[in-house]
Amino acid sequence: MSSVLLEVKDLKTYFLTEAGTARAVDSVSFSVSEGEVLGIVGESGCGKSVTALSLLGLIPPPGIIADGQILFKGTDLLNIPETEMESLRGDAISMIFQEPMTSLNPVFRVGDQIAEVLLRHRKITRKEASEKVVELLGQVGIPAPETRMLDYPHQMSGGMRQRVMIAMAIACSPRLIIADEPTTALDVTIQAQILGLLNRLRREHGMAVLLITHDLGVIAEMAEHVLVMYTGRVVEHAGVDDLFEDPLHPYTQGLMRSIPGRGGGKGRRLDAIPGVVPSLLDLPAGCKFNTRCPYSFDLCFREEPELASPPGKHPVRCWLY
Amino acid sequence: MPEKEVLLQVKNIKKHYPITKGFLRREMGKVKAVDGVDFRIGRGETLGLVGESGCGKSTLGRVILGLEPPTEGSVIFDGQDLSGIGGEKMQHFRRRMQIIFQDPYSSLNPRQTVGRTIGEGLVIHGIGTPDERKERVREIMEVVGLRPEHGNRYPHEFSGGQRQRIGVARALALHPELVICDEPLSALDVSIQAQVINLLNDLQEDFHLTYLFISHDLSVVRHISDRVAVMYLGQLVELAQTEELFENPGHPYTRALLDAVPVADPRSAKKQRPLSREAPLPALGDSCIFRPRCPDATPECGKAVPGLVEWRPGHWVKCFERNPREQREAIVGKNAAGLLDVE
Repeated sequence: MSSVLLEVKDLKTYFLTEAGTARAVDSVSFSVSEGEVLGIVGESGCGKSVTALSLLGLIPPPGIIADGQILFKGTDLLNIPETEMESLRGDAISMIFQEPMTSLNPVFRVGDQIAEVLLRHRKITRKEASEKVVELLGQVGIPAPETRMLDYPHQMSGGMRQRVMIAMAIACSPRLIIADEPTTALDVTIQAQILGLLNRLRREHGMAVLLITHDLGVIAEMAEHVLVMYTGRVVEHAGVDDLFEDPLHPYTQGLMRSIPGRGGGKGRRLDAIPGVVPSLLDLPAGCKFNTRCPYSFDLCFREEPELASPPGKHPVRCWLY
Repeated sequence: MPEKEVLLQVKNIKKHYPITKGFLRREMGKVKAVDGVDFRIGRGETLGLVGESGCGKSTLGRVILGLEPPTEGSVIFDGQDLSGIGGEKMQHFRRRMQIIFQDPYSSLNPRQTVGRTIGEGLVIHGIGTPDERKERVREIMEVVGLRPEHGNRYPHEFSGGQRQRIGVARALALHPELVICDEPLSALDVSIQAQVINLLNDLQEDFHLTYLFISHDLSVVRHISDRVAVMYLGQLVELAQTEELFENPGHPYTRALLDAVPVADPRSAKKQRPLSREAPLPALGDSCIFRPRCPDATPECGKAVPGLVEWRPGHWVKCFERNPREQREAIVGKNAAGLLDVE
């Protein structure tokens, strides 16, 4: 694999609320190589989106990045002035959000919103920008781009809006795209189109993608490496084939067994993971999964395991190995 | 399904909404949200109804419950045609049909304790004394896996999965026979989804419930349904036993839907012919509704509307490719004749 593009070391993002400190991201480390697709999977509140927002310096108060390093091409993004961060965002690193209706501005034409990114980061004229917009909309598969660029977001379907978001994200040929649940709001047939599009663009432009999703199916189809997160921690980190063939963490195993429709029809009981995700303000002592784990024993309630690689296996945070 | 007693029959249901324009609200056309749907559900059966956003599946659910009057067609519940009956008689049938909504956040009154929400139906239908009602609420909360002492709490004090259990309890408090589940799992995380699926399955067994399970999620539908109906732009395009439908999808749209679902297995050989376009708005015209997106469309498909025809035993498909040739010719011929008459 080629050189490392992004390296996150020991990232801690906390929210200082009146009720206490919520450690939304707690000592997360990973790296993304040039052109790689790294998937982050987990359920609501596991910290996957907060990790993404941290990378872009977009954590809203009362959130703070308490500690860690975010090295993008060797530069620590936590140590650069906001103006430099602004010139990175949308240029070398860009983001695709889940809900294209709320992340596009409803009162501007979509073409102008894409042009804005180009005008912000490139020394070009309006005319050149609008030519580029037509080209970009064509690339993301919007028919008749010359006329559709004049549309307002509400005139487009969900799938079309997500294509606009993608056009905006690739406008400046970024090295890294952070896609946060990019297809969750879409129908399956449209989801398949958008995932295909992302894959094609990634190959053509050689971009790395950090893909955040709750859907193991999307992960299996898109990612090369996968982080599984739970309560702000990475609980398992593996190559995608490895993860699906040999899931080590009881949480990952539980997630995979919870997927319905995999053989066995009506009446078969699903092996649901019992209980609910604990509140970040009230985490159990020891392993954070101990309240729901079928294998937990006394050590799990006393001490939290490290993310470590058992002999011949990928890293996992569990005392069983 | 002759061996089972039919609980619900839907006959040629249409729900059209007018598109109006201007101050005088001149009618410019119609949106055919539901356009001629027929099916039956046997007592104790689960019929899955799948389709993408805008296909009319939720509208159909609302029409069945009598929340929206149909433009045409009839809903027959336990042998009684519900169209046209009103007042007290309808009230009686309402009790026997309940709905579980998608979003447990917006479908529960935030200013009412969950105990009151669950018991509200009992009050409306004048069932029992206040004490009996309280007892019934406690009982039903226990059945769905909630702690009865939490009846005094408000919805915001519960997690998403628990809120969906409250929605289930509310629907079941009146001992309904038919429960329409409208995307009951979409707002939930995977691990919680599995818990609620198990709960719905258990309740069906214990109370002999009949489900119309509306969902866009094919894996969930496969897991929970006895038979599955696929809806596209207001029409049923396929209907079959669950395994038959998933193993031998007959309609090109069903095949595309199945292919589009990402499989949680990185080694699964990728097939797919992704559909090239998006669904157009329901429109007029004498052709197959799926033609603009269909990879297998022939000129014939533009000339007439295919009927929902039994392709294999118990497996109905609305596609010329699956129709026996004679029938195809009959339909095309009839249509051509109709055109000639007009001219």
